[in-house]
Amino acid sequence: MTDADLLEMYRTMVLSRTLDQRIWQMNRQGRAAIVASAQGHEAAQVGAIRALDPERDRFYIYYRELTTMLALGITPLELLLGFLAKDGEPLSGARQFPLHGAIDRSRRDIVSFSNVVATQLLQAVGVALADKMRGEKRVTVAYFGDGASSMGETHEAMNFASIHHLPVIFFCENNKYATSVPLSRQMNIESIAARADGYGMPGIEIDGFDPVAVYEAVGAAAIRALSGDGPTLVEAVVERFLPHTSDDDDTRYRPPEELEDIRKFDPIPAMEKLLRSSGALDDALDDEIKGSAQKIVNQATEDAENAPFPEPHDFYEQVYAPGSPGDQS
Amino acid sequence: MPEITVIEAVRAALREEMERDPTVFMLGEDIGKRGGVFLATDGLIEQFGEERVIDTPLAEASIGGIALGAAVNGMRPVAEIEFADFIWPAVNQIIGEAARVRYGTHGRRTAPLVLRVPYGGGVRGGLFHSQSIEVAFAHQPGLKVVAPATPYDAKGLLKSAIRDDDPVIFLEHKRTYRLVKGDVPDGEYTVPIGVAEVKRAGSDVTVVSYGLVLHYCLEAAATLAEEGIDVEVVDLRTLRPLDTDTVLASVRKTSKAMIVHEDTKAGGIGGEIAAVIAEYAFEDLDAPVMRVAGPEVPAMPFSPLLEAEFMPSPEKIAAAIRKLAAY
Repeated sequence: MTDADLLEMYRTMVLSRTLDQRIWQMNRQGRAAIVASAQGHEAAQVGAIRALDPERDRFYIYYRELTTMLALGITPLELLLGFLAKDGEPLSGARQFPLHGAIDRSRRDIVSFSNVVATQLLQAVGVALADKMRGEKRVTVAYFGDGASSMGETHEAMNFASIHHLPVIFFCENNKYATSVPLSRQMNIESIAARADGYGMPGIEIDGFDPVAVYEAVGAAAIRALSGDGPTLVEAVVERFLPHTSDDDDTRYRPPEELEDIRKFDPIPAMEKLLRSSGALDDALDDEIKGSAQKIVNQATEDAENAPFPEPHDFYEQVYAPGSPGDQS
Repeated sequence: MPEITVIEAVRAALREEMERDPTVFMLGEDIGKRGGVFLATDGLIEQFGEERVIDTPLAEASIGGIALGAAVNGMRPVAEIEFADFIWPAVNQIIGEAARVRYGTHGRRTAPLVLRVPYGGGVRGGLFHSQSIEVAFAHQPGLKVVAPATPYDAKGLLKSAIRDDDPVIFLEHKRTYRLVKGDVPDGEYTVPIGVAEVKRAGSDVTVVSYGLVLHYCLEAAATLAEEGIDVEVVDLRTLRPLDTDTVLASVRKTSKAMIVHEDTKAGGIGGEIAAVIAEYAFEDLDAPVMRVAGPEVPAMPFSPLLEAEFMPSPEKIAAAIRKLAAY
């Protein structure tokens, strides 16, 4: 991985953090209804996309994927339109929560149907099955958290994908909490990746604060998938810097010292330090990266605030296919 | 025109659609070498191979979720749920998600999948091989729910379901599989989703039904004809979206309406039909709308006399129609 690659990842992480902070702030001001913050997940998300091909591959994401979206080329303005439920939002016509719906397939195959955890894993397996049946060489990435790892559908998805050697990467962002429930109350094992053995596929646990380690693990999983050897479970261990969502209060269940501890290591300053020590980043460039992120987010905020809400003119459309029985459009 | 059974009609539709369209494939439990527990897929793995006739693990959420993913990615999966009673683990994927794909993505993705579901009782199936599950699915906008009663309709509607661009729950009444025979043309035809059919024209009473008990209604109508009661029998065929026009036209003609189904009465399809009639044909009615339906117990018992107590029969239906005709 070159300095240029590292710098590009750093730039995306900085942009994601800046945007994430802005959305959180807008929620506190009553301007954005709901946010599930990606703060603490940025390195894992940016490292994974670096190892994949945004045009070739398919991304079945879940709700905490702000950095993934940016890394795949969805713009801060588009994302802000979603958080403000405004017209022009690119996923669901603002029918759904932010980051839910699907991007136009001609642009990117990014899908996030629902808030129900783990359903996307079986869907991703079906997507990969279709690609395999047609002989298309693509990777489908199924994103999930430690919370979704407890769902029966997670088991079923991994089992089926492994039986049929499907080109799937199960990418778990383990932030150690299912809303308020800590890992010790979710499982009696230390590693989610260790479960891969039970399905006859490789499982890799990596430091999700290290984007290069994530890049390498996902890259190896992608090679395995494209060679027809089957799925891989990649577990990136991260921290959730903020509550589960803007409607949650993590001080009710996380001890104060823990909340202080998790912030002691932040992957973005760590990346900055790494780039400075290698000479790839100096004050001027860092100022440009951070200043540019601020400027992009400020402009996007203004544009999103000025955008209209969608009118209910198409409220009855897309229930059924146009012209089909039951269509009310 | 050869006479075939419902199960033969289903199998013929599957074979012809698999031959016609390479994106059609099947998945389900025991559908491969076993040919399905009812033999609906008998011979298909030999013709199309295990790539297109996929035996799944015993996992209904997988069947629903993988069918959904494949459908979103350009295929036309036809999934079999072995018995309707086992469908509940797939509900998360089908009602929760497949029904909302088109709406929740603003039309950017669609889910053209078919879930074939053998349902219903009168087969000594007991609590967990007899269930009627149609209401759970018929309640959900975004899904289409089809319930044919005859071989002709089963073949034509299954072909339409496979070609449909929305998720379709295709209900096959198990007791009709080998019991009901009928003429089915050799050539290509389809039956449209969302269109009911008057299976017997009459002038005194309208009886609306579907599935196995539609045949019991026809038997009752034949008996009553000898007594001078002329019964019109409407086969809904599709439970969502409902063809209310056909129902209302019939009620406006006869002025008396009854709905018959095997599913339990409260909250059943019959309630919706009765409400539609009350809302749009109230002034045409000469009597209250009546229902003959399964009793308010949680399931159909196993022992034969208990099972018979649950099931609507031609006799029970005829008795109810006599009352309505005399009102």
